[in-house]
Amino acid sequence: MGFQQYKFGAAGIGLMFGFSMCITLLFPANDFRSGISTWVGLDKQLSLGRVIGFSYEDPFVTGAGKPIVVILDKDPKTGAIIDPPQRAYVYNPGIKFAPGINHQEMLGAGVEDLSKSIGKIDQSDMASGAVFTLEKGEFNGDEVDYIVNASVVRGWTPAGTLKAAGDENTRYVAKGKTIFVTEGCWWCHTLLPEQTQDWQFFGAPPYLGDFNGEMPTAFGSDRKAPDLLHVASRNSSREWMTMHFFNPRLVQPNSIMPRYDYLWGKTDAKGNTIDMNKWRAEYNAYVHGESIYPPEVPEPRRDSEVRTLIDWVLTSLR
Amino acid sequence: MLMKFLFAKNEEIPAGSATIFFGFSSIFWFVVGTGLGSFNAAKLAFPDWVTGTELFAFGHMRQVHVLAVILGWISMAFGMTMMYMTPALGNTKLWSEKLGLWNVFIWNVGLSLGLILLWMGITSGREYSDLIWPIDLVVIFGVLLPLGINVWMTIAHRKTQGIYITNWFFGACIFMLMIVFLVGNSPELFNLTGLTEAYMTFWFAHNVLGLWITPVAAGIAYYTIPKLTGNPLYSHRIGHLHFWSIVAFYSTPASHHLMSAPLPEWLKSFASVEGVLILIPAVAFVANILLTLKGKWSMFVENLETKFSITGVLLAIPLNMQGGFQQTRAINWYVHGTGWIVAHAHLALLGMSSFLEAAAVYFGLQQMLRRKLYSLTLGNLHYWFFIIGFCVYWISMTIAGLMQGAGKIYEVPYIDVVVAEHPYMIARWAGGTMVFTGNVIWLYNMWMTAREGTLVPKGRYAHELAYER
Repeated sequence: MGFQQYKFGAAGIGLMFGFSMCITLLFPANDFRSGISTWVGLDKQLSLGRVIGFSYEDPFVTGAGKPIVVILDKDPKTGAIIDPPQRAYVYNPGIKFAPGINHQEMLGAGVEDLSKSIGKIDQSDMASGAVFTLEKGEFNGDEVDYIVNASVVRGWTPAGTLKAAGDENTRYVAKGKTIFVTEGCWWCHTLLPEQTQDWQFFGAPPYLGDFNGEMPTAFGSDRKAPDLLHVASRNSSREWMTMHFFNPRLVQPNSIMPRYDYLWGKTDAKGNTIDMNKWRAEYNAYVHGESIYPPEVPEPRRDSEVRTLIDWVLTSLR
Repeated sequence: MLMKFLFAKNEEIPAGSATIFFGFSSIFWFVVGTGLGSFNAAKLAFPDWVTGTELFAFGHMRQVHVLAVILGWISMAFGMTMMYMTPALGNTKLWSEKLGLWNVFIWNVGLSLGLILLWMGITSGREYSDLIWPIDLVVIFGVLLPLGINVWMTIAHRKTQGIYITNWFFGACIFMLMIVFLVGNSPELFNLTGLTEAYMTFWFAHNVLGLWITPVAAGIAYYTIPKLTGNPLYSHRIGHLHFWSIVAFYSTPASHHLMSAPLPEWLKSFASVEGVLILIPAVAFVANILLTLKGKWSMFVENLETKFSITGVLLAIPLNMQGGFQQTRAINWYVHGTGWIVAHAHLALLGMSSFLEAAAVYFGLQQMLRRKLYSLTLGNLHYWFFIIGFCVYWISMTIAGLMQGAGKIYEVPYIDVVVAEHPYMIARWAGGTMVFTGNVIWLYNMWMTAREGTLVPKGRYAHELAYER
């Protein structure tokens, strides 16, 4: 038969492609595995849960089946004052845990050990739910952050924790990031300050351990607008965010950001129907100089989508 | 008619049916994709245009534009060319017309479904692999696998001794794309998270471009140019240098998309060096095609298909010059994330790749329909709308990107960059709209060709006949 091209070709492609897959997949995977979760990484994965975006628990990507973040100023069980207030991550019964709870090896050396030995996260039970907190500890002379299952260690129940916090201290972070993903905010806003510049305006670039357990990371690649990774450090006003989401040109006349007024839903916080046509007519009159002040932005409902989005921005992007 | 053929015996389906359905589907998706692009560009120039509806928000439509163009227009045009070039180059028939028709049917249904879900916001939230994983599985096993089987079996049943370079590209790239889809979507399938997910997102995005969109388009040119001009390919050996250097070098530089992310430094450096090596296949390709045209350069002016094809080849020069160097650390820090990259991406997909495919779709549809193109005037109008619109887009976005880069390193407040970019955003919209208009003309022209084009006699090529309009 002699020389056969396709045999040579199949072997050649197998060899070369296999080699490049080793370099681009296998070797980096070993490096990624050695990453040790930082506080940022642990906070992200506990507040976002298993996965944002399409999943079994949330097939329509509405933010269902996600954990809730609360900021506690008193112990839900004993009532003792917590100062400074502490974040707790509430997983109601049946809500799927963040990846690091079930796969502790991905937390990284030290974090895994302390989370298991002191934090008892290996005793977490999805059926009865759990409340997690973050603590600082020491492992082999290094300071590490680790996860504590407060349900096991302190006896906090999900329902009791939510009640102790109250609505004003509850942050729907995971639902907010779901809105960020579905509304495509990340087509224009990156979540990745660059290592080479950006320090002045957008803050420090993220570290290796800042992402363990986050899915999707939604870095974005095309920056048509400011980077948002630390936006809440630059501007933490809920009022400004509310106006800016309703119509960005109320606070920044030259902005090209779309209006997100549809995230308010049909009614405002008092239950009144939001008359969008009237609002637009008044706004147009203001733009054309026919009135001095723009119309008032409706106050969002407590269960509106925009509230969750602002919760995420102000809680996670610091 | 498609329904009738889907359940017919393979022998009873006329040769070329799969090509024709693929061809018209691809032009249809090109019209849809560029139309969405034009609409999105209008929103960047005039943010208060069509607001208040979730479905017409920029964030709901941007990804639909991207994937309609990549998986609809470009990939279906590839499918179309594979349906007629692979058998022609093996001096045989397509292995199964019926499989080809089922392939185009599932492709259209699956893609429509995926895009509608994306439009509604049902997404994986991962750039370029936005489609949810059930749709990804449809793409891998319902679209790529049947396409691959048809192409591989046609190559295996060829009646020629060797395998021509175009078929090397076709056969290998389908295989590699299947691997890329499987591995690139593994974060969704196996819930891999964190930096692994971020890296796999851009590993996928880069390899779809580097192992599918650009090499298959180049492979197409290795067929169309010799066929149209009648000149043999300048060097089959240089063609192989092109092919093997793509497989060896261009399957590796994925991490140059994340040069300022906390990836391992060795990985970034490696990717950067491998990325510069794109110049080897690029120079091999461009030189090979342009030398093939020796003595026939008048066809660049006189023949519509050659005009499209050579324009694509010429656009490969700036494409690879940019691509090779903009991903090195020295330049990347300046242009990363700016409109420069948007311009570069459109240079690859709308410039180099789309021009080569348009030539092949023009040529193949006329061959398979056995009809001469309906109108040369409309064809030329399409060409000029396309090239002028593209250039307006490309130049305006390049300038906007350089301004953004300057704003970035000189720490200009972002809103000032937005203000400065405004005229270029309007130019971008105007350019994109021109391309869209040209494509509407193309769809009409092709439809009329199928209905009223002059019949091409047996044994003749359509491009040998004179136009009647």
